[in-house]
Amino acid sequence: MTKLVSHVPEGPLEQKWISHKNNIRIVSPANKRKLEIIVVGTGLGGASAAASLGELGYNVKVFCISDSPRRAHSIAAQGGINAAKNYRNDNDSVYRLFHDTIKSGDYRSREANVYRLAEVSNNIIDHCVAQGVPFGRDYSGLLDNRSFGGGQVSRTFYARGQTGQQLLLGAYAALNRQVTKERVKTYPRHEMLDLVVIEGEAKGIIARNLVTGKIERFGAHAVVIATGGYGNCYFLSTYAMTCNGSAIWQCYKKGAFFANPSFTQIHPTCIPVEGDQQSKLTLMSESLRNDGRIWVPKKIEDAKKLQAGELKGSQIPEEDRDYYLERRYPAFGNLVPRDVASRAAKERCDAGFGVNNTGRGVFLDFSTAIERLGKEVIEARYGNLFQMYEKITDVNAYEEPMMIYPTIHYTMGGIWVDYNLQTTIPGLYAIGEANFSDHGGNRLGASALMQGLADGYFILPYTIGDYLAGKILTPKTDINHPAFAEAEKGITDRINKLFDVKGRRSVDSYHKELGHIMWEYVGMTRNEEGLKKAIAQIRKLRKEYWENVCVPGENNEFNQELEKALRVADFMEMGELMALDALNRRESCGGHFREEMQTEDGETKRDDENFMYVSAWEFKGEDREPVLHKEPLKFEFVKVASRSYAKI
Amino acid sequence: MNFTLKIWRQKNAKSKGHFETYKVQNISPGTSFLEMLDILNEQLINEGADPIAVNKGCKGKKVDPVAFDHDCREGICGICSLYINGRAHGPDNEITTCQLYMRKFKDGETITVEPWRTRGFPILKDLVVDRGAFDKILQAGGFISVNAGNAPDANAILVQKEKANESMDAAACVGCGACVATCKNGSAMLFVASRVSSLALLPQGKIEGARRAKAMVAKMDELGFGSCTNTRACELECPKGISIAHIARLNREFLSAKLKD
Repeated sequence: MTKLVSHVPEGPLEQKWISHKNNIRIVSPANKRKLEIIVVGTGLGGASAAASLGELGYNVKVFCISDSPRRAHSIAAQGGINAAKNYRNDNDSVYRLFHDTIKSGDYRSREANVYRLAEVSNNIIDHCVAQGVPFGRDYSGLLDNRSFGGGQVSRTFYARGQTGQQLLLGAYAALNRQVTKERVKTYPRHEMLDLVVIEGEAKGIIARNLVTGKIERFGAHAVVIATGGYGNCYFLSTYAMTCNGSAIWQCYKKGAFFANPSFTQIHPTCIPVEGDQQSKLTLMSESLRNDGRIWVPKKIEDAKKLQAGELKGSQIPEEDRDYYLERRYPAFGNLVPRDVASRAAKERCDAGFGVNNTGRGVFLDFSTAIERLGKEVIEARYGNLFQMYEKITDVNAYEEPMMIYPTIHYTMGGIWVDYNLQTTIPGLYAIGEANFSDHGGNRLGASALMQGLADGYFILPYTIGDYLAGKILTPKTDINHPAFAEAEKGITDRINKLFDVKGRRSVDSYHKELGHIMWEYVGMTRNEEGLKKAIAQIRKLRKEYWENVCVPGENNEFNQELEKALRVADFMEMGELMALDALNRRESCGGHFREEMQTEDGETKRDDENFMYVSAWEFKGEDREPVLHKEPLKFEFVKVASRSYAKI
Repeated sequence: MNFTLKIWRQKNAKSKGHFETYKVQNISPGTSFLEMLDILNEQLINEGADPIAVNKGCKGKKVDPVAFDHDCREGICGICSLYINGRAHGPDNEITTCQLYMRKFKDGETITVEPWRTRGFPILKDLVVDRGAFDKILQAGGFISVNAGNAPDANAILVQKEKANESMDAAACVGCGACVATCKNGSAMLFVASRVSSLALLPQGKIEGARRAKAMVAKMDELGFGSCTNTRACELECPKGISIAHIARLNREFLSAKLKD
């Protein structure tokens, strides 16, 4: 039986990564040339990993489902990236960033991994500046910073409201440089559909060429999964339309454990749902909470008028506004972590104080900031976000407050990895959002970009060497091995089965229905009864899917319906595991809020005695219950405390 | 709102295309253009595009939804394209197609939807084109040659605020290709200029400036993109409002590099 060994090195916290690097094996340049690595995904994690591995001299094949690596959804991250530079002289440090991250994750992440993340954060900023990322600067020419939720220092570096775009273009440029040097080969419009495991080790993938439909085999000495999160299981989210969990799901089915699947992040500042024709939700950067104040009316009659469209937010006088975050959490105010801000919005809306026509919205108001700083300053800081808001809603946010509501944004759960970012399958690595390792129950704002780049530029390139050092005599993987044929047949059968259903309902309609179940019962708050209901409903829906879904066209062509059908088939299974994990975790921590477990003030109530572990699920076969493994979390260096943002 | 859609249909890169007419109904003004296309596809699947297929459920080949590229749907990934009523990204300024809302159209209007039509971007299917040429241009030199681990402290490189801002203006390019599709010459100058200019404005990008400008321009020519004749159409249709002042900077970089040769 596979045992979970985290491989966290011994020694003091600040020495772990240094001594680990000294102790792991490395591969000589002559041998690197003989070794092949597959990287799946080209977001910040995948692109930076592929580029760095290419720089080191490995032969890299990198896959993406878009027409170009630059489209990956990291590109949409707006606000910024954290680093412990302490350029503001506000007493920030590696330790403080580490501590904020652990606390924000509600003590459900691995101490050593998080410390390492904070430790390399500074290298990331250095490297990105050297690559030509145009970060915001002040008049001295030095780098500027802003604040983000969950911290009391200014440590977030930014490039207007397009930080993710600029960092991704940096990584993509580094990748392009390696393509020119012929160290990296890119495979755009290719989707990984299965992992190939030979004698217990990851040896390659099966991918579908999305233009021709051809099923292709690719072999390597190691495989890196960097395919991001699985939040699109909820249908409506801030993810891009093609983001999916299929690659990690195939890894899970081939024996990689899936950790903390129920840990999803709900982002408090999204544009609310409008009507039922909507396909996705748009995020308004958290950085807006630096200057925006969140409120709902104090009087229920005002809320009713807002809902009926008889009153505008700007017409409600100051004394009738309830700045509920400032009221409940005076020390952090509008900058409480995401899960806290999200639940507080839900609480007010549930109580009837929602401000839009659906009653599911709160105000994010800039009038105080405009008064204090002037419109020009606000425009310089958030101009593109205000423009985006106006395009979508037809409302000028300089005059009327924005309306926001929480939605699915990120998944902290993912493939279980050890300290080397290796999964339970030797030779298979998972980085960025695809793994579970650094964010625990709730991710700190501006840390997703940090983690993707930390893993790709500075961690994986070291740790993968330790594994590959043992493979220098291993010849190239033979793609005619029976394991490849078997995996390929499995995929072809699955595709044919989907076409053969010849049903009456579109893939999207099933995806929407699944999303409703997930949002209703496995969303912002969860309870035992609802989760059991969700599991039953998902099973029923999944059965119906395979009996009545309509997948038009053929395999050997550009077929977007088939692409979606395969992804939704996996979401139908993944949703059940998410609900199962949420059911098992009878405590509230971070973004996972079990209604049975809350304090008198409605805050999360952890159960450290029974749940201070990472839940790692092992696949046992179709229609069989997965097995739960537990990796106990030990906190040797931080004092585990109740996570309160209410105290001053 | 109700609309009549004339959409370009083309089975694959080799086949000949044609316009097909469809009707969509009860579209809310707050629906995005791409969501409207989702609704059309849902309709095509539910009804069966071929009238014979109606009431027989989905018969596989007869149902043929419209293929179009889309992903982030918030105007940043740059994958969505579309020529709508003769304009790249449709009748609004400084947006990508995914940020176009149906309130921008008149109720009952007939809307013509075509793919990018330009030599540099061959059509793959219906409204989907191949923009791989953009990747190739950037691979030719759109980077600063720095390996991970080499960098000095971030604040050791000072950048004047105005220069950083201008560099960011150019770097906002999303690589959608509207500039090429709009240009009567099919020129990729604005795309190339945005990268060259963004890096040329930064001290760390200056070192390879000459080599970069020459390599990227040469690659652009090699891939069959046309020349720039300063019509400024690209600037007008760029979803990020990137100014042709950056083309001027590219020309300066290119010329001074060539003069040094």
